[in-house]
Amino acid sequence: MKKLFTVATLISTMLFGAEIIVKGSDTMLNLTQRLAEAFSAVRPDVTVSITGGGSGVGINAIINREVDIANASRKIKSKEISSARSNGVNPVEIVIALDGLSVIVNSRNPVSQLTVEQIGAIYRGEITNWNQLGGPNKKIVLYGRQPNSGTFVFFREEVVKGEYSPAMRQMNGNAQIVEGVKADEGGIGYVGLGYIKGIEGIKPLAVARKAREDYISPADESKVRSGAYPLTRPLYQYTNGRPKGIVRDFILFELSPQGQKIVEEEGFVPVTQNYSERNNQILQ
Amino acid sequence: MNSLPADRRRRKYFLSNVYFLFLAVPVIIFLVFVAYMVFYLFRNGINVISWEFITRPPERGMTAGGILPCIVGTLYVTLVSLIFSIPIGVFAAIYLAEYAPNNLLTRMIRSAVRSLAGIPSIVYGLFGVALFVRGVHLGLSVLASGLTLGLMNLPWIIATAEEALSSIPGSFREGALAVGATKWEAIRHNVLPFAFPGILTGILLALARTMGETAPILFTGVTYFTRELPRSPLQKFMALPYHLFALATQHDQLMKARPIAFGTAAVLLILVLMFDGVAFLLRMRIATANKWQV
Amino acid sequence: MKRRRIADRGVRVLFSVNAVLAAAVLLGILIFLLAYGIRAFIPAGAVDPEDPSTQPLTLGGFLFGASWNPDAYGQPEYGIVPLLLGSLITTVLALLIAIPMGIAGAVFIAERLRGGVRVAVKMAVELFAGFPSVVIGFFGLLVLGPALARVFNVPSGLNVLNASVLLALMSLPTIISVSDDALRVVPHSYREAAYALGASPWTTAIRVILPAARSGILAAVMLGFGRAVGETMAVLMVAGNAPIIPRSLFDPVRTITTTIAIELGESAFNSIHFFALFALGFILFLIALFTNLIAEALIRREKRSFTL
Repeated sequence: MKKLFTVATLISTMLFGAEIIVKGSDTMLNLTQRLAEAFSAVRPDVTVSITGGGSGVGINAIINREVDIANASRKIKSKEISSARSNGVNPVEIVIALDGLSVIVNSRNPVSQLTVEQIGAIYRGEITNWNQLGGPNKKIVLYGRQPNSGTFVFFREEVVKGEYSPAMRQMNGNAQIVEGVKADEGGIGYVGLGYIKGIEGIKPLAVARKAREDYISPADESKVRSGAYPLTRPLYQYTNGRPKGIVRDFILFELSPQGQKIVEEEGFVPVTQNYSERNNQILQ
Repeated sequence: MNSLPADRRRRKYFLSNVYFLFLAVPVIIFLVFVAYMVFYLFRNGINVISWEFITRPPERGMTAGGILPCIVGTLYVTLVSLIFSIPIGVFAAIYLAEYAPNNLLTRMIRSAVRSLAGIPSIVYGLFGVALFVRGVHLGLSVLASGLTLGLMNLPWIIATAEEALSSIPGSFREGALAVGATKWEAIRHNVLPFAFPGILTGILLALARTMGETAPILFTGVTYFTRELPRSPLQKFMALPYHLFALATQHDQLMKARPIAFGTAAVLLILVLMFDGVAFLLRMRIATANKWQV
Repeated sequence: MKRRRIADRGVRVLFSVNAVLAAAVLLGILIFLLAYGIRAFIPAGAVDPEDPSTQPLTLGGFLFGASWNPDAYGQPEYGIVPLLLGSLITTVLALLIAIPMGIAGAVFIAERLRGGVRVAVKMAVELFAGFPSVVIGFFGLLVLGPALARVFNVPSGLNVLNASVLLALMSLPTIISVSDDALRVVPHSYREAAYALGASPWTTAIRVILPAARSGILAAVMLGFGRAVGETMAVLMVAGNAPIIPRSLFDPVRTITTTIAIELGESAFNSIHFFALFALGFILFLIALFTNLIAEALIRREKRSFTL
């Protein structure tokens, strides 16, 4: 049956042109969708199909050989690598953009800067009122993502460093977090950089690694690019083995000046020197 | 002496009517709510709909262009589901209405079919993943989603088809049997033609409801974006209800994508109401045409 | 002649096979859910003592665990209690709205509406029953959520109340239609007897017809419950989805259905998490099945009580 299916796919591919299947991170969903749109203008013979669901979903799909590319806004876990290996899959990592994960609050909230530790305490449920942070006497309402999200995982590993407070509202996507915080004066949320550009009613907090260090806002792109912003993270794509054929063509397009221009338009930061050297080694 | 009871009776009936008016309130609230929902969606969605909108793929990060792949994808899976469920459903209904003896097995079959109609759609989704996506390796595809939806609308089709068949009076069959026809010939010539509009009504209602289902396709083949229309039933597809869900909750520029979301909601609603409407018209024609039905 | 006989026999077999096939779908779903769900509780291959995510669940921990957190920082937890309560709380609240509205509406429709108006109202009710749940959820997200937030002066309209109101709306068509059917099968003789005793139409409807139809109306309530407890997309869009036991109407809530919808895609095939979601599906299946069987028995009882 499996063989039959493979044959059927092969025949349909031969008859109707090629398809690249991409799945994963919601943070990267619109970015990849724009890239795919532009790519199909250059290569009309190739169809790119994109599904969200979260980084975990994407990595899981590459492990199960369901997709050609997994989008992930977090690094693949060692556990995932080992289960990939046991499936005969060899995940290879490309960085297509950088993101400054932004912590946002309502623009009427006077609090404008926090340390990573304070944000962590808020999300662990230890700090529950803005007056504990020099703000008004207002209950803090937590907005976050669902566990399938790479942003959820990245934020937990880098900021929360423990269990999320169970009272956190688990929104379906970044955009819903923005909507929630916009309407909620006591709200706090975290979203990809691409989601805060030109949105009124919210503001990104300046974040410091530790209490005595500089508070840096993700709105300053150069600070994200240099890695000075504490919550800078690469956005990954994983393939099974080194990318070949049309998959390689698509990735090369993403990393080309035209592709990186779309990355900027979508509010993310283009790939920096050290990452592009790593990418080049893989794409040789 | 005579006027008093009459007066009281009038008062009693007047009060009775007043009480009934209170019962009308929930019906009115419900209808107003539904009417407002439809009005709200159409007011915001109708001017988004244009020839472009229904004939072009999404553009500029789904903030422009149209929703053609979603319309085609939705019609495609719905069609696949019906190709699967119509024969099984109608045949099963013929058995239940015409042949089934009144015994335990029949009662169990009826009970199972009715229970199927009450199983949540997300459970069908789980079953679809286990059986179609994984079990027989259809992968995430139009076919896997279509079959999952087919299982889900099967009990709806059986219920309406059985009802349509049962509404044909016994005399129709007896007439044919009396002149030497076999049971199948009697059903084929004297029952099915008359039951056909009723069966079709059920199929149209099932079609309308299937188009709007999201949970069963969520993990069996629907995708966020593909520029191409699905050419093979083994490809992934876009679908109207999922597109609406994704644009409403996951898009990075909610406000820019919102008009498209409204347009998608309006198109989906128009399609659903259209098929429902045809089904209702058909049902009314049956009601007036079938004079044997009292 | 012979050929006609064979054809007759043949189609009979064909039809019966399809009927059995349709019924077998229920059994198939049951078997698959059970076979997959049960694997969350038995060790699958190698259990890595270092990796908590490969530990099989215990039935007690699953059924009585007070926390659902499969993707935990530390030890994953698979307690169904908050999800089950989430489903029950939203559904029961929805029914608190929908039962009085639905029964009152059904009495009005059955006793007071005739002809074209009746057909039109019933059609509207049936039409709404077929509305895509994402469309209803979209409305809840855009209109009902902000409205509730404003009226009750709470930060977010994505909460228990929003989900319950939408579920009430979605179960209303079921409750109204099934109750209306139940009221309509009450024989005319009941009504005539009440009128003969001098009862007004109101008294007749409330004291005679409604009690006579109580089994059918209870069935309507059961089916409405089934409709609400199984709804996924609308709840997913408006409930806030935190897997906590809500303490107020304005807390977020996570139901069994939405948990499956959120997590099925993320869980690795053949992982404990994946199978645990099938176990959730199995619980949901049982709830739906029993709800339906009870409703069916009630409808049968009502019909039987009038045919004697």
